[in-house]
Amino acid sequence: MLSVFADTPTFSWDLLADVQLLFHYRFMQNAYLAGTLVALAAGMIGYFMVLRNQSFAGHSLANVGFAGATGAVLFGIPSVIGLFIAGLLAAVGIQTLNSAARQTRQSDIAVGAILTASLALGFLFVHLSPAQYASNVYTVLFGNVLGISDADVTTIVWSTLVLIGVLLFMARPLFFASIDPDVAAAHGVPVRGLALAFLSLLALEVAIAVQIVGVLLIFSLLVTPAAIAQEVTTRPLVAVSVAMILALLFTWAGLLAGYILPYPVGFFISTFAFGTYVVVRGGRLIRAHNRHRSSATTTGNTL
Amino acid sequence: MNVLLAGVLPPFTLNLWQDIQVILSYDFMRQALLAGTCLSIVAGLIGYFVVLRHQTFAGESLSDVAFTGALGGVVLGINPFLSLLVTTIAVALIMGGLGERLRGRDIAIGTVLAWVLGLGALFLSLFTTHVSGTGTGFSGVTILFGNILGTSPEQVRSIALISAGITLVLLLIARPLLFASLDPSVATARGVPVRALGLGFMVLLAITVSQATLAVGALLVFALLLLPAAIAYHIIHSPFAALILAAGLAVLFTWLGIAIGFYTGYPSSVCISLLAFVSYVVIVGGSSSIRQIFRMKILSM
Repeated sequence: MLSVFADTPTFSWDLLADVQLLFHYRFMQNAYLAGTLVALAAGMIGYFMVLRNQSFAGHSLANVGFAGATGAVLFGIPSVIGLFIAGLLAAVGIQTLNSAARQTRQSDIAVGAILTASLALGFLFVHLSPAQYASNVYTVLFGNVLGISDADVTTIVWSTLVLIGVLLFMARPLFFASIDPDVAAAHGVPVRGLALAFLSLLALEVAIAVQIVGVLLIFSLLVTPAAIAQEVTTRPLVAVSVAMILALLFTWAGLLAGYILPYPVGFFISTFAFGTYVVVRGGRLIRAHNRHRSSATTTGNTL
Repeated sequence: MNVLLAGVLPPFTLNLWQDIQVILSYDFMRQALLAGTCLSIVAGLIGYFVVLRHQTFAGESLSDVAFTGALGGVVLGINPFLSLLVTTIAVALIMGGLGERLRGRDIAIGTVLAWVLGLGALFLSLFTTHVSGTGTGFSGVTILFGNILGTSPEQVRSIALISAGITLVLLLIARPLLFASLDPSVATARGVPVRALGLGFMVLLAITVSQATLAVGALLVFALLLLPAAIAYHIIHSPFAALILAAGLAVLFTWLGIAIGFYTGYPSSVCISLLAFVSYVVIVGGSSSIRQIFRMKILSM
């Protein structure tokens, strides 16, 4: 992977030529196509994840992907299928444990318990697999954006279309159920069914995205754009759009930086995202501070 | 290591006393049991507060942070334990500083965590390009999943010392911390320094996680932190009894898990975590179905 980078041409000031060079390679075309789809879906589903306070569930489902991918290798099934099955089982498990537990606020414990189990299983699968597989663990954890084949792109296109379609279909009731579950349930919205469906969609997104950014870093596309969007606006439609656009920008910039510099794409994506978050959050804090001070001086003057 | 063991090990017999003697006759097993016991007690005690304060996500994140910190230390050529300790404490203080409000806190933790994981990816790639020949990503796997059977005598000694220190401090602040965790606003009104206690607790959590991560891996740390405490929290209402139960369960899981790993050849961290998980599911599932049966009986009467 690094040797491929070593003999790619360097960045020049002729931007058009740069872009042409960038898309000269088939693997870069595939990477950008797949990255775009994954980012759009991640921005959208991430908004709901943040709205529903399920950041931890998102992080855990991403880690469940580790067990899914390693298990798929062990049992000889396609990794996307293995990832999705593991994610579905985890979603059902979280939901079941949550309803079985005594307190209503135990959701983080159920999520953590499922996370522990899946990490343990993942490690067990690695242990049982042939020895040379241990080096592939890196790919599962951090993704390999250069290894995306045309067949992978086809899979990603279809599953992303399904994901976005289902999410659009249930967006309104899901939004209602996320904002005020009790009132929604009283209006006959199937709150628990929606919760399970949402976790399953999250699992699907993770299964799609693992190839590109890996199980550890899909989380940064899910949570950070949505967190920034929430800081910027309170209107749901605007926020979803902002989250999707930001996720897209981070992914494109990350792929570009990963193409020029010999470091992992996931690192660039998460760093761009986090940098933007810090700037936005910091800017808001400073503005709030200034407003507070100016209002304090005006009240002082009127007195 | 486990492959090497499998050939030499005596089989499991029904004579339990003899089995224990066989296990204890190995140096590495004695060290593993000693280190495991110390870590379990601390993890059980700290874990109960983690569960009580709804800081599971923070606890999990800290073990991921420890992963990045240790790798960063190796890459930059600093002592891994020092860099790990500094990174986890710094991140823990930031998390503690984010306040007690649950809603914004989870998002902020998630955002920080996402970036820390990205940094981890960078360090891992730097690490594998610098230290070629060790096998790509394999040392990362060791830090993530650890090997309790590989603890050295010096490690055991430092684990015992640090664990004793943390337990002592935790027992000293247990009462006000419980108060502050259960009802922060009333505790503030009574003059309990809620914020300082929260920050102090995060530092304790960070030290626990970082010393344990190097010895037994991030997976096992989180399993021991969360699951015994969750079971105790589910069964017992009285806080002090639950604290003792959590520590006891953690020790029990560790001993059984190490013994199972010893005889089956599977990694002991996997055995301990899965054992704890199955117990949690059985207890939570069992108690809820018992409750349902009761409710149905009452309804039919």
